[in-house]
Amino acid sequence: MIDPVSIITDSWNYLIVICLMMGGLFIVISQNNLVKKLVGLAIFQTSVFLFYITVGKMAGGTAPILLDSADVAYSNPLPHVLILTAIVVGVATTALGLALVLRIHAAFGSIEDDEVLTIKAEAALPRVTRAASETDSEARS
Amino acid sequence: MSLAAIIANLPALVVVVPLLLAPVAALIPVSGAAWVIAVIGTGGALISAWLLQGAVTGGVSFSYHLGSWPPPWGIEFVVDAASALTVLIMAALSFVATLFARRALPAEINERDAGKAYSAWLLASGGLAGLVMTGDAFNLFVFLEISALSSIILIALGAGTDRRALVAAYNYLIIGAVGATFYVIGVGFIYAVTGTLNMADLAERIPQVQQDTVIIVGFGFMVAGILVKAAVFPVHIWLPAAYAFAPSAVSAMLAAIATKAALYILARILFTVFAGVPDVTALALEWVLVPLAIAGIFTGTILAIYENDIKKLLAFSSVAQIGYIALAFGIASSAGIAAGFIHIGNHAIIKGGMFLAVGGYFLALRSRVSLSAMTGLGRRMPITTTGFLICGLSLIGLPLTAGFISKLYLVRALIAEDMILVMILVLVSSALSVAYLWKIVEILWQRPEGDDVPLHGDETPALYLPLWILAIANLWLGVAPAPLVDAANRAAMHLVGGIS
Repeated sequence: MIDPVSIITDSWNYLIVICLMMGGLFIVISQNNLVKKLVGLAIFQTSVFLFYITVGKMAGGTAPILLDSADVAYSNPLPHVLILTAIVVGVATTALGLALVLRIHAAFGSIEDDEVLTIKAEAALPRVTRAASETDSEARS
Repeated sequence: MSLAAIIANLPALVVVVPLLLAPVAALIPVSGAAWVIAVIGTGGALISAWLLQGAVTGGVSFSYHLGSWPPPWGIEFVVDAASALTVLIMAALSFVATLFARRALPAEINERDAGKAYSAWLLASGGLAGLVMTGDAFNLFVFLEISALSSIILIALGAGTDRRALVAAYNYLIIGAVGATFYVIGVGFIYAVTGTLNMADLAERIPQVQQDTVIIVGFGFMVAGILVKAAVFPVHIWLPAAYAFAPSAVSAMLAAIATKAALYILARILFTVFAGVPDVTALALEWVLVPLAIAGIFTGTILAIYENDIKKLLAFSSVAQIGYIALAFGIASSAGIAAGFIHIGNHAIIKGGMFLAVGGYFLALRSRVSLSAMTGLGRRMPITTTGFLICGLSLIGLPLTAGFISKLYLVRALIAEDMILVMILVLVSSALSVAYLWKIVEILWQRPEGDDVPLHGDETPALYLPLWILAIANLWLGVAPAPLVDAANRAAMHLVGGIS
């Protein structure tokens, strides 16, 4: 017989992971705003970080520094290191995504997905190449 | 450094040379000089890959311990028949695309950004090579993201000619990041029950694990993530827009190598890492990969028939061709996997060549290459068009071209496994692909109704030589396919050998 209370208390971290993961993915899929999509993506990735850390942590475990006493429990350091790398990757992804949103805003005047799509359909004309527009502005001045 | 030391470090050099030269290229503001750095980077990787392929041809496979940490504690680069072949194909194609980029890339982006563009270019090709070489499941994720982020930058550079490139790059970023995160979740589950990240070590420990559910969940997450990166139907949606709006040279490189690396990973995960749980992988192959591959073949082909924009048409055709490769892996016999590797090589030279030709058209027209804009170009750009046609005929699988060899081995593998219905579907889809190619061929030789559109500049060797290298490779591998077929057979034997 599985006790529902013990499920919550024993796997508290995993429940949080599931909530964050599904919430984040839902935001990515459902939101129209490009920045909100990125927020959802960041939450989704964070849930994975928490998952790894939870797997690596041992109750009562200490940092993996060799101690003389025999009955010391160590937490697994590897997941922590992996997640340091994953955090860096996540930050880079978010930064690149935000940079793209800035450029999309400059080019389309909107950061709502559906509006950008309709603009795309209306004005499928190629934007003047930057080199060409520079010569234009020189000619004007 | 002595020659012996260089040879001993070849597996690392394939990846490290492009990655190390990337920051150098970023610092150079002159487009031509940055291009030279890119040529050195991709050329160095190509030479290393060539030497590695030569080393494994004799049947040896070895592992390179990064930082001299022995696996499973350290990260290893695995050099065997499968990875050396894939890396050689990718290095060769990225080198040819780099040759094309000298004239094509600066024409489509801001000149001042050229150095940074080549930097991203080198990061992408180095990252993809690392993806194939690494024998560590988590290290693979890092390379996945290095190559994905730099590809996104390159795609976004297409905004110099068409602002829709920004939206395409953004969508690839979101979908790609979700896919990569799925992969990491899967690795986390597998790590939780096996305690190792080394692929060879994983293959040993996975069958010993009693908790089947965790293995199945981890396997599902990992494969789902890789399918996104490989653009297998229905998670291919990022691909058509990304290839269509990226600068021409970038489209050619990504179409030739980006999805190939992910497909190789798929084969490695299915046939090496999870070889110990054959009932799980067989289920995934039979009920997920094969149906999706066939759906992808037909969706891609039919969308291509109705598409008007040439780059998008070729991208849809890529979705179909990725379907063929995935289908070949789905057969799961050694012959099927060999057919998959043959098509990885052949599709790289076919689609790379076609995108290079479209790049040539674009630079002559200075506008998006739509079907109507191509009217009569066959007469006016005969050299480019002939190269385009050779690659196109290879795409539909005409005898004496590389594409025919792919189809031949795929059909043979299907017959050997009694998958007659699937074989008929493959032949029908090949016939359908004639429809979209013929549409292009017809219009290329048609006289325009009004006056000819003025062309910007004549055909120059800088633009058609890379195309012709690939066109001749198509013919050569069609007439004398033995080297590729042998290498693919060895790769397949090596991967399946992991099962026994």
